[in-house]
Amino acid sequence: MRVLLRNPSREIEIAGRRRVHALLTELGLNRESHLIIRNGTLVPGDGLLEADDVIEIRPVISGGS
Amino acid sequence: MPDVGSKCRVCKQPAIIDLPRHNANFCAEHFLELCRRQVVKAIDQFDMLTKDDRILVAVSGGKDSLAVWDMLLELGYHADGLYIGLGIGDYSDISGDYARAFAAARGLKLIEIKLRDEYGYDIPTAARATRRVPCSACGLSKRHLFDKAALDGGYTVLVTGHNLDDEAAVLLGNTLRWEIGYLARQLPVLPARDGLPKKVKPLVRLTERETAAWCVVRGIDYLVDECPMAAGNRHLGHKETLNAIEAQSPGSKAAFYLNFLERMAPLLAAHAEQERDALQTCNQCGAPSGGELCAFCRLVVTSSQHEPVPVELIMRGGRNRR
Ligand code: SF4
Ligand SMILES: [Zn+2]
Ligand SMILES: [Zn+2]
Repeated sequence: MRVLLRNPSREIEIAGRRRVHALLTELGLNRESHLIIRNGTLVPGDGLLEADDVIEIRPVISGGS
Repeated sequence: MPDVGSKCRVCKQPAIIDLPRHNANFCAEHFLELCRRQVVKAIDQFDMLTKDDRILVAVSGGKDSLAVWDMLLELGYHADGLYIGLGIGDYSDISGDYARAFAAARGLKLIEIKLRDEYGYDIPTAARATRRVPCSACGLSKRHLFDKAALDGGYTVLVTGHNLDDEAAVLLGNTLRWEIGYLARQLPVLPARDGLPKKVKPLVRLTERETAAWCVVRGIDYLVDECPMAAGNRHLGHKETLNAIEAQSPGSKAAFYLNFLERMAPLLAAHAEQERDALQTCNQCGAPSGGELCAFCRLVVTSSQHEPVPVELIMRGGRNRR
């Protein structure tokens, strides 16, 4: 699957299918600070991502005062 | 798709989000419902707003401020927006576009103030000129201008998009240092007083992940990219720390902050009164101040005399070391 990451924006390729949780763990990302979006729709933690999916992993933490 | 994913706790339809702190999953409709309930609860619990209030929402183009504006309108409040052009390179240009697009699409009033045009400085320059951390120069400027715009415009309440993560991170920072004065003032509602409008934070019961998800579900376009000056600051570090704890023990963040409000803030109330009474008035602008000239007016003097500093220079100058 193609995975779009942000801050800075970049793309990576992951082979095969994954549960959302497994993918986040694999990438070392905390589920509390990210959302997974596929075709404009959120995918929950146990959602299955297919090998040919295009997804965005969107960080939700913003800095500043 | 052969996806045997989780089901919504309420309606058993396929879920779109898991919320570990509620130990449940939700579909789009019931997720929005949950967010609304949390916002209404915060508003009621702390007497934040009435339907008669003239509300000014401080809007940055990010997820929280657009989410809170959207929610308030949806709940039937009247609210205008205020956007401050901070002059942080492309980031400011793009964030302004998001704020304007949101307002235009809904026929809303958005007041705009450009620091460079109206006060002769921008945030990178102020950071350099005053030797403050960028977020400190920025926070000081924003707070002052939000207050002023609310008072000048005859608004009865100023709303900001601070969420549970923001408040918990500030609370952690203040607690680590036992900053009793700051702790005493860290409330989701600050009442109006001479020279300051009433200020409220309706999102304090929602996490950042929830406010971001609200925007995605509602189709709100917001600026996802981070402010280039935020990288590495202490506030972000505290958020990451809390999220590491949250991952081990879901609900910790909410308990940390909401129980502070319930159990600790009342014990500090007397202290907050004392601090408030100690303030004088700024000779220049009339805002409450610790001395003859308030911190904002001092920052304007120093920064507007300094030659403009591009944002790249400040970023390279060491990612906000403090
Ligand atoms: S991250 Fe800091 S500098 Fe950037 S907008 Fe927020 S407070 Fe201002
Ligand atoms: Zn449902
Ligand atoms: Zn002043």
